[in-house]
Amino acid sequence: MIKFKRFELENGLRIIVHQDKSTPLACLNILYDVGARDENPEQTGFAHLFEHLMFGGSVNIPSYDEPLQRVGGENNAFTTNDITNYYLTLPAENLETGFWLESDRMLSLAFSEKSLEVQRNVVIEEFKQRYLNQPYGDVWLLLRPMAYKVHPYLWDTIGKEISHIENAKIADVKNFFAKFYCPNNAIMVVAGNVELDEVKRLAEKYFASIPKGPDNKRNLPIEPFQTEARSLTVERDVPVDAIYKAYHMCSRYDKEYYTIDLISDVLSQGNSSRLHNTLIKSKKLFSDLHAYVMGDFDKGLFVVSGKLSKGVTMEEADNAIMEELEKLKSEFVSNNELTKVKNKVEATHVFGEVEVLNKATNLAVSELLGNADIINNEVGKYLSVTIEQIKEQANLIFRKENCSTLYYKSKNN
Amino acid sequence: MHTIDRKISPAFKTVEKIEMIKASEVRLNNKIPVYSINAGSQELIRIEFLFSAGMYQQEVPLQATTVNAMIEEGTSKLNASQIADMVDYYGAFLETGVSQDSASVVLYTLNKHLNATLPVLEQIIKNSVFPQQELDTHIRNKKQKFHVNNQKVAILARKRFTELLFGEKHPYGINVKETDFDAVNREMLNNFYSKYYRANSCKIILAGKVNDDVFTLLNNHFGGNDWVAQNDLGRKKIEIFSDSQHQHLVHKHDALQSAIRIGKIMFNKTHPDFQKFQFLNTVFGGYFGSRLMSNIREDKGYTYGIGSGLVSLKNSGYFFISTEVGVDVCKNAIDEIYFEMNRLREELVPQEELELVKNYLLGTFLRSVDGPFSMADRFKGIMEYDLDYDYFDKYIETIKGVSATELRDLANVYFDKNSMIELVVGKK
Repeated sequence: MIKFKRFELENGLRIIVHQDKSTPLACLNILYDVGARDENPEQTGFAHLFEHLMFGGSVNIPSYDEPLQRVGGENNAFTTNDITNYYLTLPAENLETGFWLESDRMLSLAFSEKSLEVQRNVVIEEFKQRYLNQPYGDVWLLLRPMAYKVHPYLWDTIGKEISHIENAKIADVKNFFAKFYCPNNAIMVVAGNVELDEVKRLAEKYFASIPKGPDNKRNLPIEPFQTEARSLTVERDVPVDAIYKAYHMCSRYDKEYYTIDLISDVLSQGNSSRLHNTLIKSKKLFSDLHAYVMGDFDKGLFVVSGKLSKGVTMEEADNAIMEELEKLKSEFVSNNELTKVKNKVEATHVFGEVEVLNKATNLAVSELLGNADIINNEVGKYLSVTIEQIKEQANLIFRKENCSTLYYKSKNN
Repeated sequence: MHTIDRKISPAFKTVEKIEMIKASEVRLNNKIPVYSINAGSQELIRIEFLFSAGMYQQEVPLQATTVNAMIEEGTSKLNASQIADMVDYYGAFLETGVSQDSASVVLYTLNKHLNATLPVLEQIIKNSVFPQQELDTHIRNKKQKFHVNNQKVAILARKRFTELLFGEKHPYGINVKETDFDAVNREMLNNFYSKYYRANSCKIILAGKVNDDVFTLLNNHFGGNDWVAQNDLGRKKIEIFSDSQHQHLVHKHDALQSAIRIGKIMFNKTHPDFQKFQFLNTVFGGYFGSRLMSNIREDKGYTYGIGSGLVSLKNSGYFFISTEVGVDVCKNAIDEIYFEMNRLREELVPQEELELVKNYLLGTFLRSVDGPFSMADRFKGIMEYDLDYDYFDKYIETIKGVSATELRDLANVYFDKNSMIELVVGKK
């Protein structure tokens, strides 16, 4: 059970406080409700580029990192298709420095041309390092536009292409900031060795004067139901053939999400899982094979991906995966198997409560999903899943016409 | 509401006191030392078995890693899938790992399932048999992974770099080849396992909720004399032969980025200069605001990231700089690295930067001892070198006391371009 208190400033900033006296640290997690899905299709990769620019100095403070390091703090951030999340930890007695830094960059950035130019280059190198100069690095650049035709999940957080990043202008940066980086579009979690009254005082002092921004009603195109199987074959200079199958599934808000997440555990959590035992160990068709849900907020994807053993054809591999998925449609999983994946969820949840930063980030995401308390009743939702629900969802999802398959072939084979 | 001057940073405090729960030691009936950090508020525990069974101990390539990775693939009583079922059913996690100097088998479990999970752990640690069929699958899959990894410039560079530093015959420098996979057999695995996965080469570290039941259970499963070996585990010191050539290139024709590694053989934690050099390294390339990051990423935009580090090994140690940069700026990046090294040899670190790094490192240390698992990791870091907790007191003293002059002198001793080995994988 993670206890917390919640309050809101007049400008719409939501604040959650979680006290944990066992740590000498405090952490401050600020989640902005903006991700790659909110980008203009002609300016993709912008939310992530913007995350880099948030470290390029704010209106009153020329450097973000330096003053934080000076008080013993450390920070980082990440961007997904749904959110941009910033977090810092520091010795609890220096919490005010965190408020000072975060509030100033929420107030306004410095918008320096030099910072934009440098971070464009850094992000282009990141694009090369993680997506282009890496075996199988471009998989998501291929798979997303296959699975999605209209919803912005069709591009990756890094962007569709390097030119979108190269063409970013300072005016675009300013517009993006004005629209999304405002108090009413953010959730702040303060956790660790902190006192509620002190957090309230600091929040008033540093954040209350930041003006409210526009109301952003998200109105994203809805992905139409997929009605026929899609596939793409590519050849690349990689040593081993690989296959990726992506099925459409529900959103993170739907109650079915928990059932589907457990399906992925039955298939692929741990060495006792079905795919590991049957297709890697027993039939030896794959050298590695995984099933997972992407965890997207809007209607998302259930993915099965693996690397083929030498001599195995794509067709054999594909059929073997489908055969395993078919079993979930025609037979109930055993009670034992269901208890096993539920026990794992329960343990993972308890282990997740060890680190204060982890708790802070999870509280922020839960609040965005509707209520910070989700963090405390999620396990219950997993525990209530039945074998009937698993079979029902398997039948809804694992249909050929609901699937996009990427055959990623080795040139050398 | 009164207005605030946002240009002025709030007052702050320097970390003065760092509270750390020290490990307490008890012995099992067969003398295995059990160190425990009893902390945290959750009903969970991490049990780490540590054996002197790392790369340094192996006679042939892949021996240490294969034994460790396959330890849960079958025992005299349980097959691989039974083991996996029992661990997964209770929501536990089994983690294995090999470093240059040791091998570990770690169980993460809720306390309420300890009764059910420890017997499986006992089987794995005492009675693994490395079945031929599982070995075939393991080797086949590892070989594929090896081929995939060989396309990554960063991994190629890491492997070739330690080979250049230590020599191809040295266990720290061993660069695995495809033929090494074919040479792995059950006999060499059994030999290594029966020699090193023994009570007399074992230490146990507990972290989390540690109560008396845990010790009773550990004694029941691991406290007997049935797995004490009589052999001598000492291994004679192996000579290091660093490559005599200064510059090296591994050409990769289709590379978009080149991986750069620069460094040299240094020393380990027991050396009097170690902690001070850690400080110097932080200024140079050890944190986000370091000289290397500020210049090569934040000013020039040549890379997504660059860093340097000092690695402590039981029988040696080394210093390295590591980055991936666009192929067109590879030469410039290398020049800038040496430029920053020279700057530390010639100029004093300004007082403001010195203070910043002091506070940053104290904060980092505070973070590194937060929570039961972190405290256990810190303890492991001294225990492996037979050091005491006063190592950390000295570390804090060093951070607080080090002067700009001392850092410049240190840079003059160790940051000598001619003593560095420089490797580029990709294009130059």
